[in-house]
Parts: sequence; structure tokens; C-alpha cells
Amino acid sequence: MRAMLAGADRPLVFAGGFILAILAVGSVYTLATAGTLTLLSPTYLVLQLKVAAFLGIVAAGMMLVVLLGHIDLSVPWTMAASAMLATAWGGPMAIPVGLAVGLAIGVVNGIGVAYLRVPSMIFTLGVNVVLRGLMVMLTGGFSPSSQPTETMLYLAKGSVLGIPNPVLIWGAICLGVAFVLRRTPLGRYIYAIGNRESAVYLSGIDTRLVLVATFALCSLLASAAGLLLAGYSSKAFQAMGDPYLLPAIAAVVIGGTNILGGSGKLSGTVAGTILIVLLQSVLSVMAMPEAGRQIIYGVVIVGMLLAYGRGEKARS
Amino acid sequence: MNDLRLRLSQNSGALLALAMFVVLYTFYSALHPRGFTTDLFVQNSNESTTLILLAMAQTLPVLLGGIDLSVGALMTLVNSVASEIVSGTPLQIALGCLGCVAVGALGGLINGLVIVYGRLQPIVVTLATGAVFNGIALFIRPTPGGRVDGDLNWVVTNALAELPATYGWWPDGAPWWFEAIAGIPAPVVVVVLVVLLIWLPFRNSETGRAVYAVGSNEAGAYMSGVKVDRAKLAAYTLGGVFAGLAGLYFAIQTGSGNADPIQAGTYTLNSIAAVVIGGTSLLGGAGGVIGSIFGVMVLRAITFCFRVVDTASAVGFLANPMLQPMFEGVILLLAVSFGAARVFRIRNRLEMFR
Repeated sequence: MRAMLAGADRPLVFAGGFILAILAVGSVYTLATAGTLTLLSPTYLVLQLKVAAFLGIVAAGMMLVVLLGHIDLSVPWTMAASAMLATAWGGPMAIPVGLAVGLAIGVVNGIGVAYLRVPSMIFTLGVNVVLRGLMVMLTGGFSPSSQPTETMLYLAKGSVLGIPNPVLIWGAICLGVAFVLRRTPLGRYIYAIGNRESAVYLSGIDTRLVLVATFALCSLLASAAGLLLAGYSSKAFQAMGDPYLLPAIAAVVIGGTNILGGSGKLSGTVAGTILIVLLQSVLSVMAMPEAGRQIIYGVVIVGMLLAYGRGEKARS
Repeated sequence: MNDLRLRLSQNSGALLALAMFVVLYTFYSALHPRGFTTDLFVQNSNESTTLILLAMAQTLPVLLGGIDLSVGALMTLVNSVASEIVSGTPLQIALGCLGCVAVGALGGLINGLVIVYGRLQPIVVTLATGAVFNGIALFIRPTPGGRVDGDLNWVVTNALAELPATYGWWPDGAPWWFEAIAGIPAPVVVVVLVVLLIWLPFRNSETGRAVYAVGSNEAGAYMSGVKVDRAKLAAYTLGGVFAGLAGLYFAIQTGSGNADPIQAGTYTLNSIAAVVIGGTSLLGGAGGVIGSIFGVMVLRAITFCFRVVDTASAVGFLANPMLQPMFEGVILLLAVSFGAARVFRIRNRLEMFR
């Protein structure tokens, strides 16, 4: 048993165990109050996966940037801006337009961080403010006319063989990201830069291009999540991305990715995403007031990290 | 002479921010119909003080090379607490204010304890404790409201002349020395007192120097026998005290409490921006609280300037309220990109990577 635990991924084991614990506590609650096991029904679980898909896509992109040792705080308005521009201007080309907007934002972030060497935390924060300003300017502060295309509606609301499309898309994106991280040079460079950028540079790699590409990928995924969300709620709106930033960072670090970069697995991020979505959902099923939810949320993050995310004691 | 040059170059960020502020604020005051009057100073300093205190709170973790994403939430928490306890008899009010600062210090200390003894990264810890602080604030004050002493509000948000007038000191007229300073806005006095009584003694203490040492090279500081853990705990606790003062001031200014997580987030992000504009390095070890004060003043002066632009002039489009959020972002980006000048001066590319 101990050997198995040591061999397996600790974050994955802890997150998986905690997910089961959440389900168990929630089930005891529903059994005691309503006499049903709603939380264990396939319908409920599939619905949770569907809700998790949006956060999961954002978190996958965020993880790439965190692996570099950077962070992307422009995610909320990247989501909103690409969805709003896609639905307002895109017409039938909404999806390509939205993704292109995301890509452009990512390249700007990457240039600021890689070439101007502004700390990513402050540069992406600035880009976020500029994007919000641009959207306020374009829409005049009102809700813009936004009509998602049929394709967007289908991708967000339809399902294949009982599995909702967002879950399938999330799965496909995860496969793609995992492939990039494990099987391509870009993936190797990302982990290596997270450990020591100067060493990668001395090995003859233009690390700046890697930074730009990674930031572009992160924003691309954020805009994909924004487009899906616009299809899911049948409209794009301001501040639609705001509730995704902090949970995405939390999902990445709960999943065992080092916030300073260099190590972490996508499987952990997926587990972290499911954990956070399930925690929020079960707490709302249990009619926990917002105050209690926030407190439990924060305590869970610190608790999970204290369990396996502690730094080395020795100083180097 | 060399000493002066060294001091100038060490504080170039703060001085640049101060220069920017002077230019922007002179422009603003010149165009404003009530420019260069006590009224306008009082109004503008009121609009800046909460963020100034909060940026001071953010500066300490940043000096260590960390960051505090919970300052806004801690401010909101203290704001909610203040709306419960800062009223009644003068003694109760005084104890209430002390209690508020103590809550802030406790919040900062908790951050520090988890970061130091939990050996976790500050950004993640404060993200989580921020959620907890927001939760407790919502628990204390589920709906906006509460009460804060009205006299205190009047005194703290006006020119200093209102202080004796409100509490009935010197019924025969103020002494001559008070007349000289009566026109100074009370918020300015608050900030100056906080700097003189809290920051400067700390900065010049052994622990204060240790904070700078840890921020510039933690391993080196440890090897030299600097008490690293104590410096970190002290920095986060003092940051909490400043955040508590920000929450207390905000409560006194608005006369009520409001546990608004979105507002907390905005304040946190603005505090980081102000710290960076004020010349404190996000890598730690350089900068200081006074620079952050200038940083906030620059941010605020920019928003002030938009108010006075003539809509009919060539730059009239600047006055369009729809454009202002975007310009604020663009100016923030430009300000932080000033640092990029360094990149183009570097001879050895390796120095680019920190």
C-alpha cells in the first residue's frame, strides 16, 4: 500500500481522495435531509463534468504559463473580449475570429514578458485592464448585441452518445496539451525554462520565442473557453470571465504544479479542476452561505498544499 | 557627493514617480476651476488615502520578493469589523480603532506563519487566505451598512482646522502654531504620521534591514546570520497593520462597512500596480513604502486629469468617460514598460534572466 502511494503521484492521490470525501459528505447530507443519493447519480456527475469543462480548459492554458514560472492575469478579459468580439463582429466566422483575438492577446502578453522583460504578473494585469477598457469603449458600457452561431450553440449545448460536447472538447484539449508537454520540443523547453531560463538560453534555444508561444497557447485556450461559455449561456457579456481567474490558478496549484515553474502534470490540473467545481457545487447543494463557502474554499487550498506542496527545508 | 549620487540612483523609481505626479497634478490643478485650494486638496487626498495605505501594505511582501493577493480582502474584513465596533463613547471608539488595527495585524501574521512555517509560496497562500478573509467579512457584514462615528468621519476627511472645531478645543481661538497648519488636509496628516511613526522606525531597525537583505538574496542573508523567518513574519504582520489601517480609514470615510469581494480584488490589483510604479522591484530587495505612496498619487492624478480635459479641445476625446478605463490600462502598461529600457542597455544577454 505504502509502496503504491509512493509510486503514484501524490497530488493526484490527495486530490482524488478529497474528491471522494466531498462526494461522501455531500451524499450523507442529501441522504439525511432528502433521503436520496442525488450526488451519485450519473446525471449529476455528468453535469458537474460539463460545468468543469470551462474551468478545465482555462486551467490547462494557465498551467502552461505557470510551468514557465510566469502567470497570466489577463485570462478573464481574454475570455470576455474574444467571445464578445466573435459574437458581435464574427457573423458566421465567429469561432475563427474569437480564436484569432485570443491568439493576438497572447502574442502581446508574450512580447511584453519575453522581450520587454516586464514581470508577467504586472504586464498581464495591465493587458487585462486595457482589454476591459476596449470592451467598455466598443460597447459603450451596455450589453452588446451578441448572437452565438449555430455551431457555437451546438458545441456548448449538444452531446454525443450522452457525453456533453464541452466535456469532449475539454478531453481533446487535454490530449493536445499533454502531447505538447510530453512529446514535443516545445514541452521540453517549457519545463526547462521553468527550472532555469538562463541554462536553456545557453543551450542555444531562443527562450523568448518559447515564452511568446506559450503565452499565445494560454490565451488561445482562454478564448476557446470564452467562446464555449458564450454558446452555453447563449450570449457573451462583460465580466463573463471574472469568476474563472482565481479558481484556474487554484486548480493548477492544487494539482501539484509548482507556482515557481518547472514541475507539474496535466493530470493533476484536471483533478484540481474537478475538485474545485465539485466543492463549489456540493457546498451550494448543502445550502452553505457565501461566507462559509469562501472560508472553506480558502482553507481547502491551504490544506491541500500543506499536505504535499511544501518547499524544501534546506536552503541552497 | 558620491553618497548623494548613490542615494539618487537607489531611489530613481520613487523620484520618477514623484516627478510624474508633480507634472500631472500641476496640469490638473491649473485646469481645475478650484485648483490650488484647500477644498480640492482635501477632496483629492480623501480619494487617495485608502489606496495609499493599502499600497503600503502591499510593499512589504513585495520587498521580500513575495506578493500579497489578500491585502484587499483583509482591508474589506477590517472595514466590516470597523462598521461594528468604531462608535459609542470616545473610549469605545479608541479601543475600536485599536481593535481594527489588531485584526489587520493578526491577518498579516497568519499569512506570514503559513508562508514561513508551511513553506508555501506567498502568491498561493494569500490567494487562499484572501478567500477566507472575504468569507469572514461576509459573515460579519452580509449586507452593506453598520455605523461609524460621525464626528470621527468629519475630522478625518476634512482639513485639519475641523479637528479642534469638532471636539471644542481652544474655545478662545486656536494658538498661532495651529493656524499655520490648519489648512493641511487631515488624510495627509494621517499618511505622514503613519510613515514617521511606523515605517521609518521599522525601516531603520535591524528587522527592517533584514527584510531588504532577504528580498535581495535570501540564501545570502541566511548565510550571514540574518534572522530570515523573523524578518518575514515581521514584514507580513506590518503589511497586515497597514491593510488594517486602510480598512479602518475606508470605514471612517464611508461611514459604513461593505463586504464586497469584487471591490477587494480591484483594490488588490491597484495596490500591486502602485507598488510597481513607485519603484519597488517585484523581485524584492529594492524600493520602499514612500515610493508606493508616490505610485498611488500618480495613478490617482491620471484619473483626476481626465476629469478636467476640455471636451471641445483637440484632446477632447480624452474626456470621454467610455475611453477612460482603457487609458488607465494603457498608462499602466506604459509606466511598467519604462523598466524595459534596462533590457536594451544590457550587454550580456545572460543578465536578462534576473
